[in-house]
Amino acid sequence: MARVVVDVMLKPEILDPQGQAVQRALPRLGFDGIADVRQGKRFELEVEGPVDDAALARIHEMAETFLANTVIEDFVVKVDES
Amino acid sequence: MTTRIGVVTFPGTLDDRDSLRAIRLAGAEPVSLWHRDKDLHQVDAVVLAGGFSYGDYLRAGAISRFSPVMETIIEQARAGLPVLGICNGFQILTESHLLPGAMLRNNHLHFICRDQRLRVENAETAWTSDYSAGQEISVPLKNIDGRYVADERVLDELEAEGRVAFRYLGTNPNGSLRDIAGITNAEGNVVGLMPHPEHAVEPLIGTGRTDGLPFFTSIIKKLVAA
Repeated sequence: MARVVVDVMLKPEILDPQGQAVQRALPRLGFDGIADVRQGKRFELEVEGPVDDAALARIHEMAETFLANTVIEDFVVKVDES
Repeated sequence: MTTRIGVVTFPGTLDDRDSLRAIRLAGAEPVSLWHRDKDLHQVDAVVLAGGFSYGDYLRAGAISRFSPVMETIIEQARAGLPVLGICNGFQILTESHLLPGAMLRNNHLHFICRDQRLRVENAETAWTSDYSAGQEISVPLKNIDGRYVADERVLDELEAEGRVAFRYLGTNPNGSLRDIAGITNAEGNVVGLMPHPEHAVEPLIGTGRTDGLPFFTSIIKKLVAA
């Protein structure tokens, strides 16, 4: 079965307090030099059948209507070739 | 004829019983609606109650928005059915695009539970006519995903059209843009807010005040007059 990955991230202009909390913890843990952290979501979809243009179009529609809220989030759909 | 007001129960809804009780105390007939039932059972208005529908998985309100009952509610709300979304219900209304913007995790990342002062900014919606514009009320607030956001253009439009229905007074509890606690659609039949008026309808419990009751008496008056 083929795997398709949908990455969802808050839009750049939307405050991400979760990412900020992680970023603030880094120096405390000895990890220096990280200027910013933003936290997102990754969906891994195991797709039955071929991942052709039609299947990708359906997944794009799924991401746009359900997996991401496009009022606040951007998303990227990629086929995982590994 | 008695006014019938429905309250939807999704898996994870918590405040449906309080909402049904508030409706009864206000003098209407409460009707329980089930999320898998497309039929609204001839109700005159609908309340989407607070809680954590579907565990707030994915995003608060995101999964509920696609339930069979919401298909009917979205269609009917666009045709004028009065709908009040409280807390998780507000989240469902933004996810349904019946109200603009979106709800995000509180800016301080903590669950917050307290009595919250609000200013009623719009007393002309179907759910707020028993208040007066500028009136200050206090009702409970309890949530972790209460930060209202929308882009600047939408915020300006809401302000210009008087569609910010409620604003937080005192310290902003969650980082909501422009201190927005609740909004209405352009027609005034769909209202959403984060704090919980249904928990402030009896003097013995909650805040010890009944500041939330006018939501439910407003809608009854509106429906009786219609």
